[in-house]
Amino acid sequence: MAYAIEIKDLKKRYENGFEALKGIDLNVDEGDFFALLGPNGAGKSTTIGILCSLVNKSEGQVRIFGVDIDKDFAKAKQYLGVVPQEFNFNVFETVFNVVVTQAGFYGIPLDVAQTRAEKYLKQLDLWDKKDVQSRMLSGGMKRRLMIARALIHEPKILILDEPTAGVDIELRRSMWEFIRQLNEKGTTIILTTHYLEEAEQLCRNIAIINSGEIVENTSVKALLKTLSSETFIFDLDSPVTEIDIDGFETKLASDGASIEVAVNKGQALNDIFTYLESKNARVVSMRNKSNRLEELFVKLIKGN
Amino acid sequence: MSTGEIWIAFYTILRREIRRFMRIWPQTLLPPAITMSLYFAIFGNLIGSRIGEMGGFSYMQYIVPGLIMMSVITNSYSNVASSFFSAKFQHSIQELLVSPTPNWVILAGYVLGGVARGLCVGLTVTILSLFFTKLHLHNLFLTVLVVILTAIMFSLGGFVNALFARSFDDVSIVPTFILTPLTYLGGVFYSISLLPDLWQGVSMLNPVLYMVNAFRYGILGVSDINITWALVIISVFIVVLSYVGITLLNRGRGIRN
Repeated sequence: MAYAIEIKDLKKRYENGFEALKGIDLNVDEGDFFALLGPNGAGKSTTIGILCSLVNKSEGQVRIFGVDIDKDFAKAKQYLGVVPQEFNFNVFETVFNVVVTQAGFYGIPLDVAQTRAEKYLKQLDLWDKKDVQSRMLSGGMKRRLMIARALIHEPKILILDEPTAGVDIELRRSMWEFIRQLNEKGTTIILTTHYLEEAEQLCRNIAIINSGEIVENTSVKALLKTLSSETFIFDLDSPVTEIDIDGFETKLASDGASIEVAVNKGQALNDIFTYLESKNARVVSMRNKSNRLEELFVKLIKGN
Repeated sequence: MSTGEIWIAFYTILRREIRRFMRIWPQTLLPPAITMSLYFAIFGNLIGSRIGEMGGFSYMQYIVPGLIMMSVITNSYSNVASSFFSAKFQHSIQELLVSPTPNWVILAGYVLGGVARGLCVGLTVTILSLFFTKLHLHNLFLTVLVVILTAIMFSLGGFVNALFARSFDDVSIVPTFILTPLTYLGGVFYSISLLPDLWQGVSMLNPVLYMVNAFRYGILGVSDINITWALVIISVFIVVLSYVGITLLNRGRGIRN
C-alpha cells in the first residue's frame, strides 16, 4: 500500500537550541485514520507544522504521496488540508469569502470555488452564516469553518490539530461523524487530540510522541492488547464494610457504596460478581476507571 | 502550479487586498482626501498666494504634484505594511503559507494591492486639487510611469517592514521617523534651488526628492534633478527591495518557525 506520508529521521532544532524533534520516523498509510498523540510540548504541532510548511525542518526527509517536500513542496501541499488548533482566518472576512479566497490560493477558478464553498458550508451547517463576518461566529462554528476551508481544494489528506478543543459534546459527535464519512470516501485523516477516547473510537493506527521521539507506533487494536490491567468501578445498591476478592487488588470507597477492582489480563469478571453475590451486594452500575488508551498513554509517557 | 493557477492565486490576493482597503475606506481613503484638501486650502491658497511663483508656476500649482506623490508614497507603504502585518498578527498569513502559492506571487499580490491603494488615493487627491487650481500635463507617459514605479517601490518597502515587524509599533516607526521626514524634505513644498549649496547636496541623497521631481516634471515640465537619474534610482530600489522581500519570504523571516 502506498504511504500518504513518509517521515524519515526528521529533526527540528530551534534557534534557542531546543530540540523539538530528535529524528522521528513515521509512516501513514493511504486512507488511514491516524492519531498522533503526546503531551503538550512533545513535538506533535512541530511535526504537523513541518508537513504543512509552517515550520522549517532542520534535518530529515518528508514525502507526501511520494512527493519529497524538499523537491516539490508546492505539489505536496496540494495533497494536504490543515485544520489548525488556533483560529487563523481573517476575522473581518465573511464566512463565504474565507472559504472562496482559500480556494483561490490553490488556483481554483472562482465559479468552481463558489460551488464547492456552498457544498461544504451546507454540509457543515454554516450556509445560513455565509454572509456573516467570521469573528461573529461561535467557537464551534469557527472550527467548522476551518474544516470547510481545509476541504475546499478537496485534499487527499486532512490534518486536524486538536479540532474538538472547546467544542460541546453534541457538536463534537456531529463533527466526528462528518470526518468519519470523509475517511470512508478515501480521505486520509491525521488527528491530534487530548480526548483519548476519541482516538480509541475513531483511529485505526496511532503514534505516541514524547520529548521529540516516537515511543509507540502501532494499530490501536494492537496497542490495546498490550494493556495488562484495567481498573473497574462497581457501584453497589448498599454499602459494604469490607472487600477481599481472592486474586484481585481491590479498594473500597470511603462511603462503602463503590469498589475499585484491578483486573489483570486473563482474570474473569465473573469471579468478582460471584463474590459480590455471596455478600448480598447488588451491582447497579459498572464502568472503567479511565479510558483504556489513556491508561496506556500514561504508562508509555511515564516509562519514557 | 500551472500558469493559469498562479494567475488565479495572484488575482485572489490582489482582489482581497482591494476589498480590504475599500471595506475600511473611512480609514484608508477618506483621511488622505481630507488632509490633502487642508494642505491645498492652507498652504496652497492662503499661504501660497503670499509666496508667489516657484519654478515659473503659482505655489499652489507647484505643490500639487508633490502632495499627490506624498499621498501615493504614504498610502502604498502603509497599505502593505499594515495588511501583511495584520495577517501575521492574526495568523491568517498561514492560509497562504500552507497553499502552493509561490512566494513571488505572494509578494506580487501584496505589492500590487499597495499600488492599487496608492493610485486610488493619488487619483482622489488629483481630482480634489482640480477644485483649487488648473493642472496641465507636460508628459502623460512619464507621469504615469513615475507614479506607478514609486508606488511599487514603497509597497515593497512596506512589505519588508511588515516581515521584520514584531508589533504594531514596528509598523509605524518607519513611516513616522523615516518616511515622513524624507517626504517633507524631498522637495514637496519647495525647490532645492532655494537651499544653500551644502543642503542642496544633502538633499540629493534623499531618494524621495527624485520621485517628487520626476513626477512634477511629468505634470509641470520643471524639475530640480535629472529625470533619467530619477528613473534609474527608483528602478534600483525596486530591484533591491524585491530581492530582499523574496529572500526573506523564502527564509520564512517572521512568518515561519
